Amino acid sequence: MEATKACISIRHVSKKFGKQQVLKEISLEIMEGEIFGLLGPSGAGKTTLVKQLAGLDIPTSGENFLFEEKMPSLKLIEKIGYMAQSDALYEELSAKENLQFFSALYGLKGKNQQQRIEEVMKLVQLSNHLHKPVSNYSGGMKRRLSLAIALLHEPKILILDEPTVGIDPVLRKSIWEAFNELKNKGTTLIVTTHVMDEAEKCDRLGLIRDGRLIAVGTPEELKGKTNSATIEEAFLVYGGA
Amino acid sequence: MRITALVIRILRQIVRDKRTMGLLIFAPILVLTMLHLVFNGDEYTPKIGFVHVPESIMNQIDMSDAKITVYKNEKEAKEDLSFQEIDGYLVFNNQLPAIFLEGSDPAVNGAAVKWIQTALKSLQGSEQTLEPKVDFLHGSEEMGQFDYFGPVLLGFFVFFFVFLIAGVSFLRERTTGTLERLLSTPLRKWEIVIGYVLGFGIFTMIQATIIAAYAIYVLGMLMEGAFLNVLFIILLLSLTALTLGILLSSFANNELQMIQFIPIVVVPQIFFSGLFNLETISEWLKWIGPLTPLYYAADALRDIMVRGYGWDEIYRDVLALLGFSILFMVVNILALRKYRKI
Repeated sequence: MEATKACISIRHVSKKFGKQQVLKEISLEIMEGEIFGLLGPSGAGKTTLVKQLAGLDIPTSGENFLFEEKMPSLKLIEKIGYMAQSDALYEELSAKENLQFFSALYGLKGKNQQQRIEEVMKLVQLSNHLHKPVSNYSGGMKRRLSLAIALLHEPKILILDEPTVGIDPVLRKSIWEAFNELKNKGTTLIVTTHVMDEAEKCDRLGLIRDGRLIAVGTPEELKGKTNSATIEEAFLVYGGA
Repeated sequence: MRITALVIRILRQIVRDKRTMGLLIFAPILVLTMLHLVFNGDEYTPKIGFVHVPESIMNQIDMSDAKITVYKNEKEAKEDLSFQEIDGYLVFNNQLPAIFLEGSDPAVNGAAVKWIQTALKSLQGSEQTLEPKVDFLHGSEEMGQFDYFGPVLLGFFVFFFVFLIAGVSFLRERTTGTLERLLSTPLRKWEIVIGYVLGFGIFTMIQATIIAAYAIYVLGMLMEGAFLNVLFIILLLSLTALTLGILLSSFANNELQMIQFIPIVVVPQIFFSGLFNLETISEWLKWIGPLTPLYYAADALRDIMVRGYGWDEIYRDVLALLGFSILFMVVNILALRKYRKI
């Protein structure tokens, strides 16, 4: 990883909603082609931070750079795939119609569009349910369809906010396999989670608490520095507990 | 390209939601039909009882336009009256006529009294009364109340349903997170607004054609002007409803709160749109009318349908409606900045 360069650079970012300070002086570099996990309890500011990276919000102070260009920018947005916590699907439509709609927004059409739809649905193992209306999907299927949509335009950076919430362990395993496959193709993944065992699967982790980035490193580094057996223990040490 | 995708998606959603589609088309048809039946019903035929009416008079009375029952004594008549079998009865006591009415419905009273007076008048043939000749500039004796406020209602229902459905679908876009997803794509904010306007615009055209054609050709609503002008005005009105609905949906957190806008935003418009005589509205409320889109649409629709006017008379209303739509669209694009700054 030493040879790769940073594709995301977060510089002294703070965010206030009214009087409430949600992010405090966060500085972080995320390397090209790694799976970076943002770990922290709910309400720590994970979503606020990834929303800024997706171009949906701006910091109160500080700056975010993607590929050495300042966010938010409509040009950069095309390079990002964003999957929010909510599934954000049109339930009246079939899976295919949802995919057609979003791929058209990225300018995919005709054969290329059809091919991409088949590819992403295969990746999330939903190929057999392409023509079903989304209202008939189960919770886990919706989550995977939502992921498929974020992958449609082959983004260089994939931002996933709690991607495996409500998904059973077997499926979670297959989803992480998909993440690793994407990583091997050179995609940078940013995954937020509050599940500690999931954090172990990331290349590097950023621990967030109360809007502060309290530690950054590989899971091994974090555990080693704190003499802990698990990420959970390490988190508690960094959190000052 | 991106707008086309948005338009196709919106139309697909509407078609998939059969119930909403039914509401948009059949609810106005149902309500207009009911109003047609209520206000344009046949002349009421009074049910009159005769008690002790002398043979000589009975033979001379024109019995048409009323249902006559002859009673032997007043007691029987009174009994039927209490069961509302008859609306009133004419009784001759000592050669002097007297009317006894059921009395609970003023409209029925009027009809009964009028019939009896006319019937008796025809007996006193010697006195020739001169009937004034009546001329009409617009409408005719056959023109019912429905013809007069029909155009306003036509506009109102289109406004009402488009406002509600566009507002709710944009609200859902926000609450389900799809708006956020749309904004995480390269889709421009103005493209979202234009996509919505076109998607719902196309559907409203179909809706307006069906409803207007039904009102005019099936219910026989008065139609002096051009059908295409009517459609054009309805389309413009629905654009204001659509853009206003989308705009107000950003102030609602759920469907119920969207419905709460109806008594505040939609219903008051009907008071100031000419359904009630605008001349009689208090001075201190009069200024509201010109601020509502329905005011202009109702004026234009009435000009076309009742007065048969053309473009020269309606262009001012057209400009006002366009102005509203453009204003709301611009504010919408600005309001979307809340969700994405660029």
